[in-house]
Amino acid sequence: MGNGLKTWLNVFVLSISFVLIVFMQALLEGWSKQAVTDAVAWEIGGGQYWSSKYDPYDPFSLDSCAAPLPSILNDAFEKHQIEPVLITPGSIYPDGRMMPVLIKGIRPDQNMLVLPTQALNGDSMEVPVIIGAHMASQAGLKENDLVTLRWRDANGTFEAVDVRIASVFKTTVPTTDNGIIWISLENLQRMMSQPGKATLLIKNKELATQNLPGWKFMDQTELTKQTVALVKAKSVGMSIFYFIFLFLALVAIFDTQTLSIFRRQREIGTYVALGMTPRQVQHFFTLEGTMNALLAVALGFVYGLPFFIWFAANGIAMPVEVSNFGLPIADKMYPLFTPKLIIGTIVFIFLITALVSYLPARKISRMNPTEAIRGKVL
Amino acid sequence: MLFYIFVSLTFKWLNTPLTMNRIVEIKNLVKNFPIGNDVFTALNGINLEFREGEFAGLVGPSGSGKTTLLNIIGSLDVPSGGEVTVLSHSISSLSQKEAAQLRKEKLGFIFQNYNLLPVYTVYENVEFALLLLNFSTDERKKRILETLEWVGLSDKINSRPAQLSGGECQRVAIARAMVKRPSLVLADEPTANLDSANSHNVLQTMVKLNRELKTSFIFATHDDKVIGYLHRIIRLEDGKVVDDRPSTPNRV
Repeated sequence: MGNGLKTWLNVFVLSISFVLIVFMQALLEGWSKQAVTDAVAWEIGGGQYWSSKYDPYDPFSLDSCAAPLPSILNDAFEKHQIEPVLITPGSIYPDGRMMPVLIKGIRPDQNMLVLPTQALNGDSMEVPVIIGAHMASQAGLKENDLVTLRWRDANGTFEAVDVRIASVFKTTVPTTDNGIIWISLENLQRMMSQPGKATLLIKNKELATQNLPGWKFMDQTELTKQTVALVKAKSVGMSIFYFIFLFLALVAIFDTQTLSIFRRQREIGTYVALGMTPRQVQHFFTLEGTMNALLAVALGFVYGLPFFIWFAANGIAMPVEVSNFGLPIADKMYPLFTPKLIIGTIVFIFLITALVSYLPARKISRMNPTEAIRGKVL
Repeated sequence: MLFYIFVSLTFKWLNTPLTMNRIVEIKNLVKNFPIGNDVFTALNGINLEFREGEFAGLVGPSGSGKTTLLNIIGSLDVPSGGEVTVLSHSISSLSQKEAAQLRKEKLGFIFQNYNLLPVYTVYENVEFALLLLNFSTDERKKRILETLEWVGLSDKINSRPAQLSGGECQRVAIARAMVKRPSLVLADEPTANLDSANSHNVLQTMVKLNRELKTSFIFATHDDKVIGYLHRIIRLEDGKVVDDRPSTPNRV
């Protein structure tokens, strides 16, 4: 196989790696951004004040960690710049089986989150609740179904009531959906005998953050940390394919460089005779190998750019089954191509190609130029 | 007696370059190569001097040490013993970088196999030597065209080595060696791969450059055609100088 063809094959495989890395990373960036945006829209708002006793990982303290609304926020509360949420553990009994849930109370007329809480208004005998589609599917519930809800009030007394599924909403935020029953705040406060109390306060993003005794503020970054970490954890598995491609490309470049140095000894000797130091020749060959990366990036842009533009505009439809994975994935994922991602990937490809080009080129500095000139080194 | 003095002086004048600066001085040079546990002595006690403008040749059978000596003069190799001074630089004490600098600025090389860079054109091959010296584009172009005209390849500037005859390739190699106006050109068997006509053509080109530019040439050869052009013949055998005498070129 000629050197030219070999070079182009290396460049082609490297360009595939480049396009795949950019695409997959953009997909992950898009997913991460969508997950964070959705979490903010559905649950986090502009940040949250948590009651100092609230520990989301301790179900035993959930029903006793609520605190009275700070009076300083009364005005913000009236203006819906603060939305209190009361949380307590409970259970439902769909089809006679028990299913643990978290009951979250929120004002029906809130407009800070995209939750369809208007459905929590109702004058029927049954308490209206809303649940997510995943929860509905798990529990076998649909709109207007009745289900028994059981909880423990502030006095430690277990209570139960039949609730009506007023609405089933579709969301990409698992923590708004999985095992969550949304109910009117007023109803829940009454049911728990905790009037005027809340577990956490969701803040409007325009409202300035202030220090509230008995409450700790959690900003958006803190609250989305887990979502981002989840996406990153999932990204490791997705990276395997492009790392295999990258590995193959780098092995091919290494092999070509090694062969090239073997075949081009006379040329190397000539460079030395013309006045280059062996180290300069070594740099020259490293640079030549690194040119593979330049060609690969250029080629990658030629066929990758239309592909990137199309997917950025149209997104990638996710299979229905994905919604059951408990991951914050929308029906369509839109890759997000940022300059940082593209430049970062180019730099990464260049550095790693330079490294595999440099390793075989080290041999040059150990060559005897008089033998290299005659092509007799190896 | 007077006649003898006259003949001697005339002979000496004919063979003496116009200027007489010493450019290469070799004292008691020894070069050993390890072969397994033994040592092979390629050069043994060489003492020589070359002066500016010389057109001299190291001749002798294969294995006599011609190329080894040429490589040491060219700072591509270092002596095992003795002292070699080239253009006021002691070869033994040069660092890799200083040796490269000496080759880049002052020395030209011509090889038996031409050693042209196959992917470059004639122009680019010649240009490479000047690129290393950081000449400006205009200066490079001027010098390359001038040098290619000297060697008679003005019409081949865009050809690649594969499109040229052996003689043309060697003339490109001469142009590459000469374009930087070196003080000394070292030519290792420059005609070994050429037919008779091309050999004479190439040698006449070198003679012309030696006369016009006063560039010194040292050849390593056992080709009679080359020997016919030399002004000085140094015969080597088994790593020793066995004869060193002026010669009257019979082919110029």
